Amino acid sequence: MPDPSTSSPKIRVVLAKLGLDGHDRGIKVVARILRDAGMEVIYLGLRQTTASIVAAAEQEDADAIGLSMHNAGHLTLAPAMLAALDEAELDIPVIIGGIVPDDDVEVLLVTGVAAVLGPGAPAADVVAAVRDVVVS
Amino acid sequence: MSVRNLPVEELVARALEGNRRAVGRLLTLVERGGTDADEIADLAHQQARGAHIVGITGAPGAGKSTLTGQLTRLLPEMGVAPAVLAVDPSSPLTGGAILGDRIRMDNIAGEGTFIRSVATRGHAGGLALSVPGCVRVFDAAGFDPVIIETVGVGQVEVDVVAAADTTVVVVNPGWGDAVQANKAGLLEVADIFVINKADRPGASDTRRDLELMLDLSHVSGLEDDSGYRPPILMTTATDGEGVAAVWDSVLAHREHLTSSGQLSTRQAARLRYEITNRVEAQLHVEASAAIDRADLSEALSPIKLAAQITDRLLRD
Repeated sequence: MPDPSTSSPKIRVVLAKLGLDGHDRGIKVVARILRDAGMEVIYLGLRQTTASIVAAAEQEDADAIGLSMHNAGHLTLAPAMLAALDEAELDIPVIIGGIVPDDDVEVLLVTGVAAVLGPGAPAADVVAAVRDVVVS
Repeated sequence: MSVRNLPVEELVARALEGNRRAVGRLLTLVERGGTDADEIADLAHQQARGAHIVGITGAPGAGKSTLTGQLTRLLPEMGVAPAVLAVDPSSPLTGGAILGDRIRMDNIAGEGTFIRSVATRGHAGGLALSVPGCVRVFDAAGFDPVIIETVGVGQVEVDVVAAADTTVVVVNPGWGDAVQANKAGLLEVADIFVINKADRPGASDTRRDLELMLDLSHVSGLEDDSGYRPPILMTTATDGEGVAAVWDSVLAHREHLTSSGQLSTRQAARLRYEITNRVEAQLHVEASAAIDRADLSEALSPIKLAAQITDRLLRD
């Protein structure tokens, strides 16, 4: 059993639902997966704004931000999130999870999203994606 | 240069100027422990401004976060910017944590509020080891009050008393009876009682049980020499009902601490508590290493072996 008190730097991830989207089953599963991988997950809940996520990420000194999107708003909301982080001079990688059509994945990555996780992504992939974007 | 890579002195300088990103980073370093954390605690200690520290504790689901959230709405309206340390448990199995207190605060928190979620990282007692250091950072950065919301506690996790100036204990209707109310532990340490979810049946019974418990403190002669009696307040934190009165009671308690001279006693006790924790943590590390080094297969009883290891440890 790893001793939780002696830690290599703990990875802290802010998870949120951005905008009007009440589908939170997936993000709660992701929160649990990351917790079980030894990370500290700050879950902000539903109906967050880019401003509330920026404020939380700043106060929590987040290593990564995970946004769950199931309302087809990702091409609007993801760039808005990145712009808000830029404006606040926060250099924190953003991972999008949820329903993102294959064609849009590349668009998001080019925009500056650090990783995109689709439905059914295995737990190991979710954990690896967060570790990768935090390290790089 | 990104704030993340700034040296500690520069981070502290920026935090003192009100840079929130720097405050966030300092808290991370304090949580991580080690030499950076010690240096930050030292620098912040030199800049101490004497913020009032309010502890909010109670059982899981009692409404600590919701009450705290309402205070983060109310206080900025009164012109004060609170900082909140919201503590949640780390998993003893993986060290991970889900920190969910912000959910009940973010949407209503007023301008200037700073909320930080903290995981216990293996520390028992209802707080994290880093809490005193984090409070220092907030205090030096000019936040007043600093509110510490503990993990959901049972009966004996009362670390918050040593960490705070004013301890608020949140209970709910139907939480127990007159016998529960007189058991040792959590209820003995309250400076203020809040019966939250007071719109539910049984609130007045709970109030009566708590009043009776306080009456018996009087009978035993355990009540405050200066005659301070913890007030019992009723709230429905989800809609903010009664929350302003809670804050009035905190201010009244602070006034009592100042006028009775107990504020300095509590502050001295707090320093002692922090020093004790740090010494114990260091000794724990040394002791574990000494036990690892010892030959536990020696034909001594565990009692003698333990005494031998302790002797050796203290001699070194």
